Amino acid sequence: MSPMPGVTQRPSAAAVLIALALVALPWVVEPYQTVLLSYGLIFAIAALGFNLLLGYTGLLSFGHSAYFGAGAYAVAFTVKYLKIGSMELFLLAGILASALVAALFGLVCVRYTRIFFSILTLALSQVLWSLAFKFYWVTGGTDGLRVPTPTLLGVSIGSGQDKMVFLAHRYYYYVLVIFLAAVGVMWLIVHSPFGKALQAIRDNETRAEFVGVQVWHYRWVAFLISGAFTGLAGALWVPLNGLTTPDILHWSFSGEIVFFTVLGGFKTFAGPVVGAVIFNYLKTFAVGYTVYWQMFLGVVLVTLVLALPTGIMGMVARLAQKWRRAPAL
Amino acid sequence: MDTLLIHALNSLLYAAVLFLIAGGLSLIYGVMRIVNLAHGSLYAFGAFVAAWMAGRLVGGPTPTAVLYLVLAAGAVVAAGMGASLEPSLLRPIYNRPEEYQLLITFGLQLILEDLMRLIWGPYPLSVSALFEGMGSLNIGESIYPTYNLAVIVVGGLAAAGLWAFIYRTQFGVVLRATSQNMRMAQAMGVNVNRVYIEAFTLGCFMAGLGGAIVVPQQGAVLGMGVDALILAFVVVVIGGLGSLEGALVGALMVGIVRELGITFFPEIELAVLYLMAAMVLLVRPNGLFGRA
Amino acid sequence: MSLLQTTKLTKYFGETHAVDHVDFTVSEGEVLALIGSNGAGKTTLINLISGLIAVDSGSIVFQGADITRDSIHEKIGKGIARSFQLVNLFDQLSTLDNLALAIFSRDGKTRKLFSLSDADRAVREEAVAVLQQFGLAAKAGMVAGGLSQGERKLLDVAVAYALKPRLLFLDEPTSGVSTREKAPIMDIITQVVRAGGITAVIVEHDMDVVFKYCPRIIAMHHGTILADGTPDEIRNNEQVTANLLGTQHHA
Repeated sequence: MSPMPGVTQRPSAAAVLIALALVALPWVVEPYQTVLLSYGLIFAIAALGFNLLLGYTGLLSFGHSAYFGAGAYAVAFTVKYLKIGSMELFLLAGILASALVAALFGLVCVRYTRIFFSILTLALSQVLWSLAFKFYWVTGGTDGLRVPTPTLLGVSIGSGQDKMVFLAHRYYYYVLVIFLAAVGVMWLIVHSPFGKALQAIRDNETRAEFVGVQVWHYRWVAFLISGAFTGLAGALWVPLNGLTTPDILHWSFSGEIVFFTVLGGFKTFAGPVVGAVIFNYLKTFAVGYTVYWQMFLGVVLVTLVLALPTGIMGMVARLAQKWRRAPAL
Repeated sequence: MDTLLIHALNSLLYAAVLFLIAGGLSLIYGVMRIVNLAHGSLYAFGAFVAAWMAGRLVGGPTPTAVLYLVLAAGAVVAAGMGASLEPSLLRPIYNRPEEYQLLITFGLQLILEDLMRLIWGPYPLSVSALFEGMGSLNIGESIYPTYNLAVIVVGGLAAAGLWAFIYRTQFGVVLRATSQNMRMAQAMGVNVNRVYIEAFTLGCFMAGLGGAIVVPQQGAVLGMGVDALILAFVVVVIGGLGSLEGALVGALMVGIVRELGITFFPEIELAVLYLMAAMVLLVRPNGLFGRA
Repeated sequence: MSLLQTTKLTKYFGETHAVDHVDFTVSEGEVLALIGSNGAGKTTLINLISGLIAVDSGSIVFQGADITRDSIHEKIGKGIARSFQLVNLFDQLSTLDNLALAIFSRDGKTRKLFSLSDADRAVREEAVAVLQQFGLAAKAGMVAGGLSQGERKLLDVAVAYALKPRLLFLDEPTSGVSTREKAPIMDIITQVVRAGGITAVIVEHDMDVVFKYCPRIIAMHHGTILADGTPDEIRNNEQVTANLLGTQHHA
């Protein structure tokens, strides 16, 4: 998605400024705001993973909650059955579990495209949800499973320390570092020859095949990576939330992932990140404002599709082009 | 022996309702190439309207027989909603990539779910009087609710009526022509916009009817739409998107497996259903009656 | 030794014999034209040989090996490439990226996840060189969807060419292009093909183009080969004239 071939865009000045602002944040705002943004960054990681499939490979998954949930529950099981409390092991478990689920589901789904693909992804994630729901003696059912504060790099929260402060500082920086790393890795992937092959598959499956790219294999690998990223997000989410319940596996959460990617604009690299962060604020506001927040979000989505199909970043890109074309004063 | 018969009847009962929902979904896809993620919500809406109207009249002067007909109001309202949604929300995105229809109908689903909550509140509505009102039949040594048999009959009539409509009427010919080749039909003078709206309305009517007829047995409860949609998807995956025969066969298969599931392995019945769907896909990638 | 040989190659679509027991041979270094009216079976033949559709009966032997049941991927790997009658490009990628992708794929580099595609100098330079050969270097940065029809046709061929195939099928490389653009396009294509020593089979409707550029012509009709020879032999062949050339203009 670089506009100029041979000139891979260097991170823009804006991106650097934003990164600096993110680093400075906990010193400037109250803990609640930092924790809120942590959620946003975590969903942004999930969105990055999701958009590898949608924006870059042309596959709309309506079942990404399965990988987020797999990551989250893997962490919960690690606590429950292995009695482990290390964040690093949590992340490892989350990535492995979600990659495994993605590998399995991907085998079924990538044989199909477009609508059938979307339906299958939705259906499979609901199967996972129903299993989490019904095997309550393993998963805690609707009560869910609790996850206590983990040790970060071997360092525990320390007795007497306020959990909110911990989350707003040490945990936030932990998430931030992983978020920046995730952005970097995904950026590299989509600008690699592999990433170009995915985009080729998106644009013209037949031609991709005739250029020697085995479409099915590449889609499956993209599915795997996508699931792993989303599972990583799920693993980061659980200690923050303190708890994981089957809701995180439900179709409606898959819908939210789709929503915030489309909100930010799925045709750009930064769109899903922007969309996830904004959606997080939007939903928090809506839930606090009305019990009919679903309807509110539904209206936003419908308006988005009808009026602003390229999302927020698409609109920003269009405005930026207009400014560039404006004659110098 | 009668347990076998009861299981069979329960399977048919389940299949009847599923056919209405999945059949509507498949019909809409077959004609318009649209998958409506809010289809389950229309089923739920039909249920709520039916439950509400019948519920208000129950115990009053209206004869019980008429109340059963009042249930059909649910189907009519769902149809009306379909008729207004197609031109306003769906038509603008026909020229866009397919993914956008999923996005917009997902948004619609969110709106409708909360709309039901807004109108009827968070608690279920039930009209059990109508369920008991038909009494029960003796089957061997067991008792079986007569209402269930009525539902099976309605399902069967719907299947037959739909078949007749599509294969024996002028409109059915137009419908089939449009679904096979929209541009050609258009070139031959068919008013495709009208066909689309009519097909969509019919599909929504079927969904609403499905919702309406389950009300006496299980009431109207928030979230029933999503559950129904997931099951409808199993049916169309097995039967093939766009095929009514597929919806019928798929509904029967799901009905039977679900009945067995509830009896023998209740925890994983949804997983088993999808396992069955996956096996069908291995042999017939487009479903039993689907086209590529 | 022949490069490609088909024996009784057959494909039915229902009752229709799209390709009916076709025998033909292509030798290394040849540039031959495949002509015939619409529905004669030319594109189906290419689809069969390139692997887009499955063979009903008969065989295809390429460089001595039977490739009848090979997948597209295997055939590409063995050196068969094709362009498309209705342009098939990666419309959202740049012209350069379209070409670079073919090279990455050819060299097995599309498996690389953690290196920048733009950083691979060798691939980029080769891609630019090919674009120059095809006269598209100036449009390297443009998104493929924004090119003119003639440019798109050329790029379609260029992408297939970049695979450095042993055998290249070109399906109507000048169709849909205005008459005065046809000759320049064919000039470029034949020049590139000859310079690279590539064996090429070109499907064409325009008989001016065919007679001018192709030393050997195969004429098809109703799924079978009607005639196979030099331009003069074809021009003088009564069956060909009656069935094909009568409906097409020639010099």
